[in-house]
Amino acid sequence: MDAIRVDGLVKTFDGFTAVDGISFAVAEGELFGLLGPNGAGKTTTINMLATLLRPTSGRASVAGFDVAADRDDVRKSIGVVFQEPALDGKLTGRENLEFHTMMYGLGKAERARRIDEVLALVELADKAGTLVEKYSGGMKRRLEIARGLTHRPKVLFLDEPTLGLDAQTRRHIWEYIRKLNKEGGVTIILTTHYMEEADYLCGRIAIMDHGKFVAMDVPSRLKDTLGGDVVSLELDGDSTAFREALGREDWIKRSKLHEDVLSLTMERGERRIPELVMLAREKGVTVNGVNLRKPSLEDVFLHFTGRTIREQEASPSDRNRAMMMGHGGRGRRPH
Amino acid sequence: MTVHWTAIYVLWRREMIRFFRAKSRIFGSLAMPVFFLGFLGLGFRRMPVPGMGEGTGYIGFLVPGIIGMTMLFSSSMQGMSLLWDREFGFLKEIMVAPVGRVSLVLGRVAGGATTSMIQGLLILGASLLMGFRLPGPGAVAFGLVFMLLIAFTFIGLGLVFASRMKDMQGFGIVMNFVIFPFFFLSGALTPLENFPWFVRALSYADPLTYGVDGLRAVLIGRSSLPVAVDLAVMVGFSLVMLFLGTWFFEKSEGI
Repeated sequence: MDAIRVDGLVKTFDGFTAVDGISFAVAEGELFGLLGPNGAGKTTTINMLATLLRPTSGRASVAGFDVAADRDDVRKSIGVVFQEPALDGKLTGRENLEFHTMMYGLGKAERARRIDEVLALVELADKAGTLVEKYSGGMKRRLEIARGLTHRPKVLFLDEPTLGLDAQTRRHIWEYIRKLNKEGGVTIILTTHYMEEADYLCGRIAIMDHGKFVAMDVPSRLKDTLGGDVVSLELDGDSTAFREALGREDWIKRSKLHEDVLSLTMERGERRIPELVMLAREKGVTVNGVNLRKPSLEDVFLHFTGRTIREQEASPSDRNRAMMMGHGGRGRRPH
Repeated sequence: MTVHWTAIYVLWRREMIRFFRAKSRIFGSLAMPVFFLGFLGLGFRRMPVPGMGEGTGYIGFLVPGIIGMTMLFSSSMQGMSLLWDREFGFLKEIMVAPVGRVSLVLGRVAGGATTSMIQGLLILGASLLMGFRLPGPGAVAFGLVFMLLIAFTFIGLGLVFASRMKDMQGFGIVMNFVIFPFFFLSGALTPLENFPWFVRALSYADPLTYGVDGLRAVLIGRSSLPVAVDLAVMVGFSLVMLFLGTWFFEKSEGI
């Protein structure tokens, strides 16, 4: 059974289409990523799957339950870590977790055990008695992730789980998310606009832009659509003969010379490097340096949308999109 | 429909923790009724109150009104505390929980009613310092019933408004154009008999009128309507408002 099945899902807010007819399925135990800039519709998608927003049209089911018709069953099956803090600042960390575990109907002994477990995991055990309003942004984030795990959901939604966290905490949380997915068998859907995060964590990725999926595949195959790796050779001497020889090799997809650096696009570049260096020597060219660059998801995003994520976020119309969906406004964002 | 008792309890407990942690909020919310009680009570203490019969001083007339006022303001604030939860994001945590929406409302009502009752009782205590005499325990218990019904009614009303509003901007408008008129129309400070007929007509559409009148009936033994009418109307209003509050809350989107 698929953990998530989405069919032609649409959400409009006052005539503005935030999610524009997406369809996908996520198998049980998968770690699936929604990648895209702010305002692409990732959070709106998550909110619909988590029963917080009603779809305008289309259908979606989570753990076999329809998100519109069987809302309580969906809620029982999921955990959600929201992008913006959803904590009660007037309660302590432990009280927030107690509230949560009681809402999810955990027994008393299990509550205490799970709370201690997750507090230790996110290294907040010594801050458990402090009011959450006194926490730093990173601590709130960690507490929130801990909370999403206390009731052992079948499907866990993580909306920008590491937004605004320092590199070390981010690593930490990545490892934990992985472990949870591999060992705990929890199906995880995460949204991110960090390429390296999606690349590192997700088994499969959908790239989202303006409410639509522009691509969906495993990260390596998405990168393959770009034609492979870029091998840059720093050359010394006349390279004309060398380049002529390369022109006869059909595994080289593209070739570009800029000053004395020759950039070649090919698949599995690391295996071709010895061959390239040998050929260069044969043709009387010295290779002073070699650089191999694997395409990143950033390149993939650029390839499919024509913009880098950063450019996308800088454009004012997209900021408006983000505001209309309730984030970005009034300084409520956690970072 | 199942009732989630644990969820109701934990929502109630959250309100209690927050209430007792916010000492300044308690003082702040009690300041206005205390000032009303003190200054109006002292200023008008020699004035006869028409329609209340001989022997009822203004203090006696005023105390049930100020208790009603305290219940009105604290309960509608409690109902609208939904807006704060939305503003600070905590509402999402509540809304994704696998708990029936009715239980979520019941938990909020239980918490709000308890904190409002505490505030109303503190005002009743303050009125004793002003020379107000308590009736017998039975009458006081009956008074608590009226206080509770006022709380239910206006928590329900607060929920209706908070469910319809997306942010805090409408809050001041509701306070000034809905809650204050309810207060002044109720006859909490001035006898209804002094209002012109068209204002009095509005007063009879105001739930607080019956709540305050009922409180007067049981606390000072004088009222403009029979106490049974006050009680029946208040039970009706509180049921309708709680139903509407739940209805609108259920229909609102969670974020």
